[in-house]
Amino acid sequence: MTARRVGEIGERRPISFQFDGRRLQGLEGDTIASALLANDVRVIGRSFKYHRPRGIYGAGVEDPNGLVDVTLSGKTSPNVRATTEKLVDGMVVRAGNADPGAETDRHGFIDRLAQFIPAGFYYKTFMWPDWHLFEPRIRAMAGLGRLDPTHEPPADSPQINERCDVLVIGAGPAGLTAARAASRAGKRVILVDDQTQPGGSLLYRDVTLEGIQGADWAQSVGAELSGAGQRVLTNSTAYGVYQHNLACVWERRLGQSDALWQIRAGQIILATGAIERPLVFPDNDRPGVMSAEAALVFLKRHGLLVGQKIVLATNNTRTDDGIDALRKAGAEVRVADRRSGAEITGVEGKSGVTAVWINGERVIADCLLVSSGFSPTVHLYAQATGKLRYDEQTAALVPAKPVSGLAVIGAANGTFDLGPSLAEAHAAGGGSGDVPIIDWAYAPYAIEAVWPVTGAKGRQWIDFQNDVTVKDIELAARENYRSVEHLKRYTTLGMATDQGKTSNLNGLATMAAITGRSIDATGTTTYRPPYVPVPLKIIAGRRRGELYNPVKRLVLEPQHRDAGAVFREYGGWLRPAYYGTGADQREIQREARIARETVALLDGSPLGKIEVFGPQAGAVLDFNSYNTISTLKPGRLRYGFMLTESGVIYDDGVVAKVSDTHYIVSCSSGHVDGVLMPLEEWRQDRFNPAEVVIHNSTPQWATLTATGPRARDLVARLELGVDLDDVSLPHMAFVEATFAGGPARLARVSFTGDRSYEVSVPSLAAPDLFTQMRALLAEFGGCLLGSEALLLLRAEKGYIIAGKDTDGTTIPADLGINGPRDKRRDEFVGKRSLFTENAQRTDRQQLVGLTVHSAEPLPTGAHAVELADGKRRSIGFVTSSYFSPVLNRPIALGLIERGLARLGEDIMLYHLGKTLRATISDPCAFDRDGGRLNA
Amino acid sequence: MQLFTCPFCGPRAETEFFYGAEAGKTRPEPASDVKAEAWAAYLHTNANPKGATREIWLHQTCGEFFLMERDTVTHDVVQSVSLRGDAA
Ligand SMILES: [Zn+2]
Repeated sequence: MTARRVGEIGERRPISFQFDGRRLQGLEGDTIASALLANDVRVIGRSFKYHRPRGIYGAGVEDPNGLVDVTLSGKTSPNVRATTEKLVDGMVVRAGNADPGAETDRHGFIDRLAQFIPAGFYYKTFMWPDWHLFEPRIRAMAGLGRLDPTHEPPADSPQINERCDVLVIGAGPAGLTAARAASRAGKRVILVDDQTQPGGSLLYRDVTLEGIQGADWAQSVGAELSGAGQRVLTNSTAYGVYQHNLACVWERRLGQSDALWQIRAGQIILATGAIERPLVFPDNDRPGVMSAEAALVFLKRHGLLVGQKIVLATNNTRTDDGIDALRKAGAEVRVADRRSGAEITGVEGKSGVTAVWINGERVIADCLLVSSGFSPTVHLYAQATGKLRYDEQTAALVPAKPVSGLAVIGAANGTFDLGPSLAEAHAAGGGSGDVPIIDWAYAPYAIEAVWPVTGAKGRQWIDFQNDVTVKDIELAARENYRSVEHLKRYTTLGMATDQGKTSNLNGLATMAAITGRSIDATGTTTYRPPYVPVPLKIIAGRRRGELYNPVKRLVLEPQHRDAGAVFREYGGWLRPAYYGTGADQREIQREARIARETVALLDGSPLGKIEVFGPQAGAVLDFNSYNTISTLKPGRLRYGFMLTESGVIYDDGVVAKVSDTHYIVSCSSGHVDGVLMPLEEWRQDRFNPAEVVIHNSTPQWATLTATGPRARDLVARLELGVDLDDVSLPHMAFVEATFAGGPARLARVSFTGDRSYEVSVPSLAAPDLFTQMRALLAEFGGCLLGSEALLLLRAEKGYIIAGKDTDGTTIPADLGINGPRDKRRDEFVGKRSLFTENAQRTDRQQLVGLTVHSAEPLPTGAHAVELADGKRRSIGFVTSSYFSPVLNRPIALGLIERGLARLGEDIMLYHLGKTLRATISDPCAFDRDGGRLNA
Repeated sequence: MQLFTCPFCGPRAETEFFYGAEAGKTRPEPASDVKAEAWAAYLHTNANPKGATREIWLHQTCGEFFLMERDTVTHDVVQSVSLRGDAA
């Protein structure tokens, strides 16, 4: 091919770039493909399976061949589509699937073995003796492109939600006409197009609309829409249509990160045009064989004549204007028209067309342009549940039935002539008045269908990117993979990154011919989003890294950091795990020891604070709790469980009764949402919602807990305005207080087994409270307490963490707590489940303590086992395990079969090949009579 | 992404909603009178129809549970009804 620039579009700035190590020059406005063609680069990459040399075939998203790796500013992006990627100064481009380069690919020899590796070859050949022997080598050769591990694009793609009355996809003549009609009718319109400017085919076909040259007309309609306040998105590809008319659009923005638009439209109008099909003949994949329409696009949009001695093979009238344009630009064009019997029988030129055989005549040529007619771009219609039918007259699959809320117009609807197409567009847009008048000098669309034929000499390519030939389809038919879905998967037809935009209809028409069925009866495969490969970056948007699953943060986080906290995530909250710079276990042991000796201060702010107000507040809580709540005296607290309807313990916590019409549920920090949901559900479903209101005030209050023998002395110094003596404020009591002139709440509740005070203040007052309490800590020789030491202190007392020391089967009886089950007459959530056969089995796993007689704590998760017929059988597992500084020995909790009946029994445990022993004991290992609560 | 209608807030994105249950299930009680089979059916048996369904959904952003009639095949949302009053 001797491609050259022709002076069609004026002066443009030069752009330098590299391809396979060569320095080249393109022009502003070029795609990578047009720049390579202008430099006479014909082999742009190697095919996926056989490593055949391939060149540019198309001019847009349909091109199956032009996948390249692009390095820009040191970052490499694999599998970039050369025909749609704008050329940028300094781009380093490498041929796709070629090593070291397109011309000199070292795997090129594979093509000579092609007859031995037909469709299904890998499935059949590497079964014996074992696929895994072959897998590493085959995997290394499979796949396309090279990922750059250093290239992690920033999470900066916005996702924009938008609504409109009418979304028009495609800004060719039909789309522009529909959008303008809708806009003039007063609709809110969004127009989306994947090119740099509106116009579609008007940018390369010589049409006059309403007396104005096509490209200028397109520009004026675009300006009218923008002027009317409508949104025109160029460089934007609508890649998916989802339920209820949601369209997803990938916008490429100059100098900014790409954006994802999620547009909910009252009506979607698809004006997506059509894609030219290749003619299929032996060696039709040679570099230099190109879509006839693509050649016209390169000529008119890039000032590039793709060849000097051109053969143009066609079966339809839509190549007429292109032939004239190419001749006018100075090319010699020999037309081989199938309608007058001219058939291509062969192509010469391994790395670029040198000669074409027409009916046995050898014609010297540097380029072979082909057109087998047009396939409507029905992808989005089909995604939106549209069904297709084969239209004999246009030899095309066209929309067969209307889809609610969606209209397909113009070439996408199989209406290939501009006049009728614009009439359709005008009507779809709700236009009044006249349809735009056109002036087009060429014949109406007419085609004589030409489908691939079997039995030809040489290979005829259907799917260029995945290397599927007519013979492969014959093989699939012989082996009875005749359904199109089987054909696709067996041969990989249409499964490459172009998703068969040029190959699908040729492929299934071939199968139809082989099996003697009609094209309609053969059917099509399912169309799925995305229409084009979309960067995962825009789908992920900003939900990556820290924002992937954002943690909840404490209002006092800066103060904790200042105090040397090491943070970890607990139940969705970022909390201090421990403080200090020493080894974690040392710091945790230190904190736990000091908490037992003097006093420690814990930030308990994440603890749930769900407030329940109203005359039915007590009734709602009684129904949702295992323990009766409403019988509490005002100012008192009760510990209890919340069950699921299956009777399983979902959460444990403390409920405070402020008054008969106000309760505060203090649930686990990680379960606030999960507790809120059933409370709200039952409130609305079972009670009078006018008589009870539930409000989550967790984020509004910060809670600092002082725990330890000196806790009262410390809290007394805060001047909260309340009596702290054990008569006024006994264990499990609650009082409203004041702090620094504002409200405060003081609760005596203990998660450590030591005397403890929870001081809650509005979040804004928290820094003040923290500063005061931390200063007092120093005075009492106390310390800050992280979550790890708290877990340890809880475990010493046998206090459970719901979901850690219980699992998805644990019911209250498994903790030995049967009072409410046996005594409550009223209904409560989960009640019936506590009386099932399963709930009353005697071999249930029950919570017990595990005492070990060595210095090494048991591994959490270790299985308790017993031997049956010489085999180990799991009878439970370790749920929590620590070294207790106050007991100077390991402690553990576990769920063990019949555990409560086995106190004192020795059991065997097994973990990662090691056998361990422990004695079943009471879960409470420390201060069993609870004396320290009031010490 | 589907578009659901909250009877209070109007049409909103599917992600704002949370599925509750099939409509019309009554909690069998009192527990002492409920046969195991009836309780198991309450907990676990769902009609899961293909086509027209009646379901309870929660609109998380306003906190209201409501009845939604929709079609699991066509994804048409037929109507949404408040549970305030005597519906469902
Ligand atoms: Zn709502």
